[in-house]
Amino acid sequence: MELQIKQVISWMEKTNEKIQSNKEYLTSLDQAIGDGDHGLNMARGFQEVVNKLSSSNYTYVSDVLKDVSMTLLSKVGGASGPLYGTAFLKMSTALKGIETVDYPQFKKAVVEAVNGVKERGKANKGEKTMIDVWEPIVDFLQKQDNLEAKELESTAEKAMEATQDLKATKGRAAYLKERSIGHLDPGSVSSYYIFAALSEVLEEGA
Amino acid sequence: MKKIVNDPELVVEEMLQGFVAAHPNDVKQLPNTTVIARKDAPVSNKVGLVSDGGSGHEPAHAGYVGEGMLDAAVAGEVFTSPTPDQVFEAIKAVDSGQGVFLVIKNYTGDVMNFEMAKEMAEAEGIRVQQVVVNDDVAVEDSSFTTGRRGIAGTVFVHKIAGAKAAQGGSLEEVKAVADKVVANVRSIGMALTPCTVPAAGKPSFVLEDKEMELGIGIHGEPGIERKAITTADQLATELTQKVLDDMNLSSGDEVAVMINGLGATPEMELYIVNRKVSEILSDKGFKVYETFVGNYMTSLEMAGCSVTLLKVDQELKDLLEVQSKALAFRR
Ligand SMILES: Nc1ncnc2c1ncn2[C@@H]1O[C@H](COP(=O)(O)OP(=O)(O)OP(=O)(O)O)[C@@H](O)[C@H]1O
Ligand SMILES: [Mg+2]
Repeated sequence: MELQIKQVISWMEKTNEKIQSNKEYLTSLDQAIGDGDHGLNMARGFQEVVNKLSSSNYTYVSDVLKDVSMTLLSKVGGASGPLYGTAFLKMSTALKGIETVDYPQFKKAVVEAVNGVKERGKANKGEKTMIDVWEPIVDFLQKQDNLEAKELESTAEKAMEATQDLKATKGRAAYLKERSIGHLDPGSVSSYYIFAALSEVLEEGA
Repeated sequence: MKKIVNDPELVVEEMLQGFVAAHPNDVKQLPNTTVIARKDAPVSNKVGLVSDGGSGHEPAHAGYVGEGMLDAAVAGEVFTSPTPDQVFEAIKAVDSGQGVFLVIKNYTGDVMNFEMAKEMAEAEGIRVQQVVVNDDVAVEDSSFTTGRRGIAGTVFVHKIAGAKAAQGGSLEEVKAVADKVVANVRSIGMALTPCTVPAAGKPSFVLEDKEMELGIGIHGEPGIERKAITTADQLATELTQKVLDDMNLSSGDEVAVMINGLGATPEMELYIVNRKVSEILSDKGFKVYETFVGNYMTSLEMAGCSVTLLKVDQELKDLLEVQSKALAFRR
């Protein structure tokens, strides 16, 4: 795989499309076990990301990711704002000064991103948060020497679906304890869109 | 959805504009932010106090800006904690060199956004301390989970920490007294009807005609128990008992009481609740030092109330008495 500036921008555009068309769905998921703002938060944030990227010029992938991070941090709010902001900031730092990102570099960037999210959210796998999608993705990447776009998507999807059976111990859904079981975690669904969008971009590039 | 709005996406901005238009001599909106600050901020030689939260809790939080309480309030989108850059702007605007104290309610988002703002401020050499309010006894307090939520008890933290700062207390002293309030304040809420976030357009949950939800938060998130509606006295008894179970009061102790409306409940009903709460407290031998009844920390148009008890000693009583010019807490 190879990621260049135009693919990263396209990654964000596709993510935005998915989030905009699933805004109500994400909100309804968050209404069930949270406070119903996740779709609105993400739609506001990624729209701004796309606006920002289309009005700027970039030399390095890391600069694109830095703008993604800063925009999400200042526009999303809630729990997901600082978490996604941290994830993209860590990726940006890991890829600093690189024009074309190769697979090992990308792997490292995602590992850094997940570690950043875990640190910021003081959460681990199994607590019914977006980490339950990001960590399985890391495990998957670690096992591959070459990225299969389709498998990336299906790994994210399976991980997202598996959050249904988890009991939340972090985030707002934790207040519901057992009652959180049986619902998908909204942040895991939005994370799935991010990886599904990436998978589409990689497939186009291949 | 039936609401007095122009555009659901603009409710926060338009509310803030209306707020400043109503109180032009008391507050200002920091340019290009959702921060409402005291007109005279930064107040020299005083620790600055900043509180935040999603919008939809009016009069919280901007209503508590004023001499004797907050120096600035940061408004997030409806029920969404504000972003770190906004909080950072508020911190810079109220710092007079004495440091800034942040009052945070215990929600994952609020805590993380504030932590990031604090890191930004500290990088610029501003001293920042904070307290995390977690008065809601409906939620289990466990170090393995997110822990209890912050609800109406936060108003007492604003009042008392604000008074301490107004008296010239240092950042450490303000922190100490805020910690003391948090250690001694407990609340629980209940709802009769849900509320609708303007941009979402539909209520966050449904309650049947004869149902109520106990242990409700202030963001339209579900509570802990749904059951058939009871009389005001039965309800007041249940809420008061849940709060007392979590406090360690002995006969003769003094408490401040807050019967808080969640937005759509008439004061009449709040007073009916208070009638029973005060009766229970006196039957148990506790003294009510002062009672506050009204809409202090709301959840849009939700019908319901919360009961807050704060165990007070001489220091807390003295600080409660200090003058406040905050728009929603004048004394
Ligand atoms: N501690 C955490 N660590 C990792 N992810 C988390 C954590 N807490 C919440 N999340 C993720 O964030 C998602 C919720 O994001 P959302 O934008 O709705 O914020 P929120 O919890 O409503 O924030 P706020 O409390 O400020 O309103 C959850 O579905 C979960 O995936
Ligand atoms: Mg939410």
